[in-house]
Amino acid sequence: MRYSALSLLVNAFSGQKNWTPVWREPEPKPEYDVVVVGGGGHGLSTAYYLAREFGLANVAVVEKGWLGSGNIGRNTTIVRSNYLLPGNEPFYEFSLKLWEGLEQDLNYNAMFSQRGVLNLFHNDAQRDAYARRGNAMRLEGVDAELLDQAAVRRLCPFLEFNDVRFPIQGGLLQRRAGTARHDAVAWGYARGADSRGVDLIQNCEVTGFLVEGGSIRGVETTRGTIKARKVGVAVAGSTTRVMDKAGLRLPIESHVLQAFVTEGLKPILPGVVSYGLGHFYISQSDKGGLVFGGDIDGYNSYAQRGNLPMVEHVCEIGMAMMPMLGRARILRSWGGVMDMSMDGSPIIDRTPIDGLYLNCGWCYGGFKATPASGYCFAHLIARDQPHEVATAYRLDRFETGHVIDELGHGAQPNLH
Amino acid sequence: MRLPCPLCGERDHSEFVYRGDANVVRPDAEAPGAQRAFHEFVHLRANPAGWHKEHWYHEMGCRSWIVVERNTLTHEVRGAVTAAEHTLARRPAPVADEGGR
Ligand SMILES: Cc1cc2nc3c(=O)[nH]c(=O)nc-3n(C[C@H](O)[C@H](O)[C@H](O)COP(=O)(O)OP(=O)(O)OC[C@H]3O[C@@H](n4cnc5c(N)ncnc54)[C@H](O)[C@@H]3O)c2cc1C
Ligand SMILES: [Zn+2]
Repeated sequence: MRYSALSLLVNAFSGQKNWTPVWREPEPKPEYDVVVVGGGGHGLSTAYYLAREFGLANVAVVEKGWLGSGNIGRNTTIVRSNYLLPGNEPFYEFSLKLWEGLEQDLNYNAMFSQRGVLNLFHNDAQRDAYARRGNAMRLEGVDAELLDQAAVRRLCPFLEFNDVRFPIQGGLLQRRAGTARHDAVAWGYARGADSRGVDLIQNCEVTGFLVEGGSIRGVETTRGTIKARKVGVAVAGSTTRVMDKAGLRLPIESHVLQAFVTEGLKPILPGVVSYGLGHFYISQSDKGGLVFGGDIDGYNSYAQRGNLPMVEHVCEIGMAMMPMLGRARILRSWGGVMDMSMDGSPIIDRTPIDGLYLNCGWCYGGFKATPASGYCFAHLIARDQPHEVATAYRLDRFETGHVIDELGHGAQPNLH
Repeated sequence: MRLPCPLCGERDHSEFVYRGDANVVRPDAEAPGAQRAFHEFVHLRANPAGWHKEHWYHEMGCRSWIVVERNTLTHEVRGAVTAAEHTLARRPAPVADEGGR
């Protein structure tokens, strides 16, 4: 069913009783052209673009839990394309452009809102770094504005400008950046894939790979063997656990990232704001809750929950940036498991097993990448060639030295 | 999460700096295949869901490097030794003296 003002009206007058399920719940078929492992944002968008752009509809997405039960439903929903390095920036800008047309394309309200992302700076060195980043963005044709203190004041008068150690001197603003409703993105892609013939198979965990003579033949699952000509894996925080079954050792560590939300408040934050001291970022959901977070906890974890020192640290920095935050009550905090790569950038590539493709290494920033990641992964799977904006995301770049290290921290995943 | 420093006793983990997997061994730079071996040492990790031996540095305490055994699924900590003990324990046993010297 296509959603429209008319369909809303008709269903309102019939007591909302005639809505039909948004996707089917099919039994797995014995064989598919492509099996996508992982029903998070990236797996679902991959299936959608396989069907819509690359003409492959004999596709299944197999998901261990329910669709959207992973990080796609746990993130803080920031979408931006303010990256520095040539390997990254065109990819994220491609993603942002897909976001700009996403809701029309999917006929689904993902509540994408280009309310701007503002990164504050507090000293001359940080100003230089942001000026450089803004220039790098503009060279790629992406919008970026360097704001002075007065301009930041006009945008966010409630910030603490007079902190003696960390005065706010200005910020880098990307106006086209913003937020979206994370669950709706998963549901929108799921619905779009399903309506194009993709089977979405939930409660179906991949427990092994069928490999013959170095080529993929399918996957073993808790719901039986499913044969496939090609298999694409997009399981984010579970990447090592899944790829272990194919005998691959990867440049990935799993780490926990926490996030927080307050009770609903009247509109106060114009967009997303991040603090340059330590790491802290905040936005306001359409329901009114202040959504915020900071760095990953910093040690290997699959626990989907973090520890108190990071809670304390995030709240301290939040208070330093925006003292009125102290009056808001925190409702919930939670954690998600991140697939942290050794250079902080993702991998979209073939593997040593023919027909087995890998999509991982999204760190804490894969939500914004959901459209482009799916598009480029579908391109790779369908054509066996990387998409032009994703050529740098090679699995062997660590061995050859072509790493994409935005922060220059080296092979230390907990610092990216 | 509290870590049992062998020298200071149980302390909050915020006193420590995390380094990562303590099972990777720095390869011999002169050996054949060293380039590949260094790539594996620097980049590739077992990243287990379960028990993990890992380096922590007790920065706000005794400033020792220690090796903690911790469960990545539950954050349960089983024990810790100094990094020196850990290294000595996994070194191959010395070859028996053939005598005659
Ligand atoms: C607290 C937090 C805040 C974040 N904030 C942002 C942000 O503001 N902006 C941003 O861009 N990014 C953010 N991220 C990162 C972003 O959420 C992730 O990078 C992204 O969601 C990962 O891709 P995904 O959606 O496909 O992952 P997931 O939704 O985790 O999907 C992976 C799926 O694979 C399934 N799976 C695992 N093992 C198997 C198996 N054996 N068989 C079958 N299925 C399996 C899982 O159940 C899961 O559903 C944040 C993450 C967290 C945790
Ligand atoms: Zn100590």
